[in-house]
Amino acid sequence: MSEKTPITLTINGRKHAIAVEPRRTLADAIREDCGQTGTHIGCEHGVCGACTIIVDGAPVRSCLMFAVQADGKAIRTVEGLASGDRLHPMQQAFMDHHGLQCGFCTPGFLMLAIGALEQEPDISDADLVDVLSSNLCRCTGYQNIVKAVRAAAKEMRK
Amino acid sequence: MTAHTKGTGMTWVGRAIRRVEDPALVTGQGRFTADLPAAHWVRFLRSPAAAGKIERIKAPDGAFVVTAVDLSGVKPILPMLHKFDYKPLGQPILADGEVRFVGEPVAAVIAASEEEAEDLVDEIDLAIGDAAPLVDARDALAAGARQIHACVPGNVILEGRIKTPGFDEVWAGAAKVVTVEARSRRQNATPMEPRAAHAAYDAATGRVTLTCTTQMPHLTRTAIADVLGMPESDLRVVAPDVGGGFGQKMSLAGEYVVLVWLARKHRSSFAWTEDRRENLIASFHSRDQHISLHGAFDAQGKLLALMGDVVSNVGAYSCFPTTCGVEPLMAMAEMPGPYDFGAYDCRARGVVTNTCTMAPYRGVSRPIITFTLERLMDKAARAFGVEPAEIRRRNLIDTFPYTAASGLKFDEGSYKQTLEMAVAAIDVPAFRKRQSAARAQGRYIGLGFATFSERTGYGSPAFAARGMAITPGWETVILTVDPSGFVEARIGSSPHGQGLRTTLAQIIADELAVTPDVIKVVHGDTDRAPYGWGTFASRSLVISGGATLIAAQKVRAKLIKLASHMLEAAPGDIVLDDGAAKVAGTDRSIAISALAREAYTQTHRFKGEIEPGLTETGTYDPPGTFSNACHVAEVEVDIDTGRTTVTRYLVAEDAGRIINPMIADGQVHGGVAQGIGNALYEEIVYDENGAPLTATLADYMTPTAHEIPAIELHHRETPSTESITRAKGLGEGGGIGAPAAVVNAINDALAPFDVAIDEIPATPQRVRAALRAKGQAA
Repeated sequence: MSEKTPITLTINGRKHAIAVEPRRTLADAIREDCGQTGTHIGCEHGVCGACTIIVDGAPVRSCLMFAVQADGKAIRTVEGLASGDRLHPMQQAFMDHHGLQCGFCTPGFLMLAIGALEQEPDISDADLVDVLSSNLCRCTGYQNIVKAVRAAAKEMRK
Repeated sequence: MTAHTKGTGMTWVGRAIRRVEDPALVTGQGRFTADLPAAHWVRFLRSPAAAGKIERIKAPDGAFVVTAVDLSGVKPILPMLHKFDYKPLGQPILADGEVRFVGEPVAAVIAASEEEAEDLVDEIDLAIGDAAPLVDARDALAAGARQIHACVPGNVILEGRIKTPGFDEVWAGAAKVVTVEARSRRQNATPMEPRAAHAAYDAATGRVTLTCTTQMPHLTRTAIADVLGMPESDLRVVAPDVGGGFGQKMSLAGEYVVLVWLARKHRSSFAWTEDRRENLIASFHSRDQHISLHGAFDAQGKLLALMGDVVSNVGAYSCFPTTCGVEPLMAMAEMPGPYDFGAYDCRARGVVTNTCTMAPYRGVSRPIITFTLERLMDKAARAFGVEPAEIRRRNLIDTFPYTAASGLKFDEGSYKQTLEMAVAAIDVPAFRKRQSAARAQGRYIGLGFATFSERTGYGSPAFAARGMAITPGWETVILTVDPSGFVEARIGSSPHGQGLRTTLAQIIADELAVTPDVIKVVHGDTDRAPYGWGTFASRSLVISGGATLIAAQKVRAKLIKLASHMLEAAPGDIVLDDGAAKVAGTDRSIAISALAREAYTQTHRFKGEIEPGLTETGTYDPPGTFSNACHVAEVEVDIDTGRTTVTRYLVAEDAGRIINPMIADGQVHGGVAQGIGNALYEEIVYDENGAPLTATLADYMTPTAHEIPAIELHHRETPSTESITRAKGLGEGGGIGAPAAVVNAINDALAPFDVAIDEIPATPQRVRAALRAKGQAA
């Protein structure tokens, strides 16, 4: 075991002062050191996207970042999407359009879609499918995820 | 419409209400096994060799390591079949003296963090002697092949045979014989959540709680108690939110046994989370089959007889509880599909090899037998010079009940009707025109059909017919209206994405005249739920739904009895409506919540006539019911790269009465997407040394949003006569039809080159190889 480095992770506006080994991935730190288990880990190779979060405004794979690289950056996870009982339009759309089944990949898809739409609110349908093909889902066949994200995009533009 | 809508006379069954599962899952509040903290982390040292004797396992001094020696009192996992010359093959929890596939667990390594445990795994000195591995089933079958297990002579672990009387005469009288040599490559169910387990000892009670990613919590408890020799009551198994299973999480994982053993012995908590590499190489595989199928037709293209030979590579061990017979035996039993013919001869063998153990995966064999039989039908269509739809039209069953050549009894379905629905929606003549025009421009598009049956919701006799020592089948539901007037259904099924908490609430709501928002469905906890078999084999809505209906009918009858006392009216005059019991034709009524309160707190009023409380139990064990569908794929094949693009996908399906159309459609979408993946991309590859080459999701390619077209669904509802809710199962059908439809479409696209692609996945390399063999590609 190597020495631990003190860092501060700012997750959904809340600061978590933790000490991690340099090799600790951001995904592990968020889940285990900060107790925010809504972010899921599906492959640890950066392929499946289940661990997607938003760091400084851009969707990233938290399994491909070290926790120490996120020191001081603004991190958003699925736990921060709703304000009180009011769901983010993307969360509501996933429920309305049956964009989830087992729900394991869902936090990653929500963060990917929200991050992409915040960066490019008028994204074309084809580009949207391109973006969504970054993440894997094994239950839904994607059709309802695409439908949900399109519906939420409309809501978010309002 | 939301679950909170109130209304009079409204039925909840048949409506696309939102899922009650979703709010927690979209807000990050889902509870998955890997979310639990533990005092100790476990990693497994896995065999790097496919075969050989273990010569040395040496751990660093002071390391916390468990090997087979430590587990000497623990029994092997021993699934059992009493038929088909099955050779009982036990699997040690950790490799005991010998390894038989790459990834086999050899030792458990324990540390305070996952990283430290991983470091320790790397420091163990493991030496394995040389042995030549057998990877392909045909090599393992060859005369003189090395025997992998002492108890499995010739590496054949089971052999089944069906031959109908008079087969040879029918065969001899055929006008034409069509043949397919089909190959289905090895695949992995690939749930997005890898397997995980967490075992915690409770000092106050001496019990262990095992939280794990299982589809069958109760049987997991039974099995682990058996191998550890402990009372079942000392073990609680919890399946919290489970991130997909598709069959892979049905079979008992030896890793779970190790965790419970550790928790009991060391009186602490232990966690293990599989990484993706472990999932891909060492969880469970499936679909590795060779099928040789011959169809004998009369001069009019009517199928007379089918002759098949199934060789299923079952891997190194036999999975529990189904045994490795699950693939070869289902292939043999269900090969005849939805076609009407009387003569059948089929042999099926399970062959052990030095590869990861096979276990059920969505569809179990039916994606492969449907692929094989539907390739045969397309070849027959070509041989008789008719459209693929026409050869099916001439052969699909249409009188019910129908007894197939294999002995299976089909309840009423709509095989021809769904075919015609699909044909009409596709507009085949228009497609053929487009196809000719495209060919003239050097573009190759094709249309592929698959018609099939999906046996669902089958009870214990179906498993007994296979000779299984454990015959799952029935389900129990305990339904309570508590004194607060809220309803709780405790179920033995264990859904993990199928939305059963929502659909069962719809069934209960209709029966008790309450809204789904007052109903909670509880599952996945052996302390809370009655014994049951879990969720697999497209069974839960049919069997657990049936048990739910039975329990709800009993509660309803009791509510009516209570209301008849309270309202001083004849039971026959009481109606349940809009949350109340009412006396028909009057304004007298009492809320169901008030009746529930009376049932507990005013029992003196009904003494001797009505038992206290408001809990009823329903158990259901149905014979099974057949869903059916016609799938059609339209593809374009790039002959320069061999790449196939699915450009249109249509499903005309009939799963009986639909409880929630939104959830039903979602099941079909997801199944089709897996089927397209199975057809085109997904393949577990071993090299000749038995080393897996597909150990990441960048190598084992499941489809993304890019590869899956919009799926058009057409529905028809033939209520099942063999299911009391009239519903049939539909969890697997999407995946059963897709490989056949897609690969038939590829063959149709490439018809000008006279190639035959009878292998899944039909990767670009295989398409190119087929074209090259015909001199059509460089």
